[in-house]
Amino acid sequence: MQRLNQKLGFLSALPMLAVFAIALFAPLIVVALFSIMPPKVFSIANTPDFSAYSVFFSQGYYKSLLWSLGMALAATVILLVICWPLAYGMAKVFKSFTLFLTLAVVMSLFVSENIRLFGWVLTLMKGGLIEGHFRAWTSVGFDSPLYGVGIIVFGLVYVYLPFMLFPLAQGIAMVPDDARQAAADLGATRWQIFRQIDVPLAAPGIMVGCLLSFVLAAGAVAEAKILGGQAVITIADDIETAFTFGQDWPLGSALSMTLIGIIGALALFGISRVDLDQVMGRKR
Amino acid sequence: MPTSRSTRIVLLIYGLLTIFLLYLPLVSVGFASVSRARYLSFPITRYSTKWYAEALESGTVRDLLLTSVTVAAIVTVLSVIIAFFGALAFARYNWRYRSTFQKLILLPIFFPQTVLGLALLMWFNALGVIPSWKTAVVAHLVWIAPIATLIVAIRAYSFDPALEEAARDMGANTPTILREITLPLLMPGLVSAGLFAFLLSWGNFPLSLFTTGADSTLPEWLYAKMVSGYSPLVPTLGIMSVVASFVLILTAFAVMWLIKAMRDSKAAQT
Repeated sequence: MQRLNQKLGFLSALPMLAVFAIALFAPLIVVALFSIMPPKVFSIANTPDFSAYSVFFSQGYYKSLLWSLGMALAATVILLVICWPLAYGMAKVFKSFTLFLTLAVVMSLFVSENIRLFGWVLTLMKGGLIEGHFRAWTSVGFDSPLYGVGIIVFGLVYVYLPFMLFPLAQGIAMVPDDARQAAADLGATRWQIFRQIDVPLAAPGIMVGCLLSFVLAAGAVAEAKILGGQAVITIADDIETAFTFGQDWPLGSALSMTLIGIIGALALFGISRVDLDQVMGRKR
Repeated sequence: MPTSRSTRIVLLIYGLLTIFLLYLPLVSVGFASVSRARYLSFPITRYSTKWYAEALESGTVRDLLLTSVTVAAIVTVLSVIIAFFGALAFARYNWRYRSTFQKLILLPIFFPQTVLGLALLMWFNALGVIPSWKTAVVAHLVWIAPIATLIVAIRAYSFDPALEEAARDMGANTPTILREITLPLLMPGLVSAGLFAFLLSWGNFPLSLFTTGADSTLPEWLYAKMVSGYSPLVPTLGIMSVVASFVLILTAFAVMWLIKAMRDSKAAQT
């Protein structure tokens, strides 16, 4: 039986592994090879040098990286704060409204990110949904909040909300009601229950939610381009430019490798600490 | 611990507010799509559906829709097949590298899509493959098949392996078990995975951008128009794409509900 399980497990993993081999690992190897090529070549048949990586510091690309990481961190912290009450409601308070909320949030995910961000531009621009109507009623206009750092962080929070909300709700659902009840009976305050019962027991969900939001936000481009009007250049934007307008594949590859390195390290660290069987609700 | 009535109401309002904010931009897009003026400005004074008529007649739009639907349909079929087996390896069979496989599955979801798209572009270039909608299918697959696998895996966790073992004890071989026991049990998961796969592929932009070559999907076209200045067709096509996804979801729900109702009534008769 156990041998059969081994065989079947491997065989059924095979299609997925084949896709990964030809469309994830192979491209990654190509990127890694390109990143050590001399500038502006289009084939990997050149003598390697590491000049592309030194450009990272000499031409200020580290600034874009810091901006990306900083904005991603800000978005993650804001998301954690605004999603917690909602996730708590979904896991412990709401009944049929949880299903409604889940459906509403999931359905918004299926609308292309571009269209939703473009919608915010129409909503917030001068003469947009809010300012236009406000001016029509009061004949006083105000400046649009678009094209700045704040609005980019807002865009990140908006787009990645589901990626924080669902893992968090899943995590909070794992906190047994008995434990909270027992703490309350023993005289714990709300804050103590939150600090000593909710947070530690919901930790896997918090971890997955923060990790997902941070990592996705760190690699984001569209928010800065559409809402931010490129007030800040993100690292993913730099990567895109290096490949397209810059026609410098080795530079783009080196920047990609840096971003992948940071994200990969974080993701591996986080994933290795979470028991997926438990988070996804294995019964046995 | 019972929650007080006021907390419940506050949380409910908070939830409704979140949904409102999630959909507010789409409301703006909706208004913009029926504005008559070529240059949009709120409040809208004159309404017209002429942009919809223009979009429906345009040959470009037809090509975009055709490309998007073709890619999404192929990605859906392949993802569901991969996810069916992938979910069994993820949740059902106890094999040695199961936990490694579980972690591997999450990798593409964490990966920045822009970088993945560019990496694939270089890889196709190194192979000498000219990018077209077919290469976009491969790109979508790396990202969507793992998500589909996770969705099916949730279903696979909840079924009792004793059912399969009983069938095996009675002499059924592996293909028979998969067809007669596993497939029907996982069916609801496969349907939702298929739905997710189609819609995620339909709405995907970062992966398509670099991997479609000369072909173009709907989100790509919308983005190109958005950054190069306003076109009244952008909100119109945006709304059409959103409505198409929502109609698909509602149809799927209606069909599932019908099947369930029919099964229930059949069970009641016997």
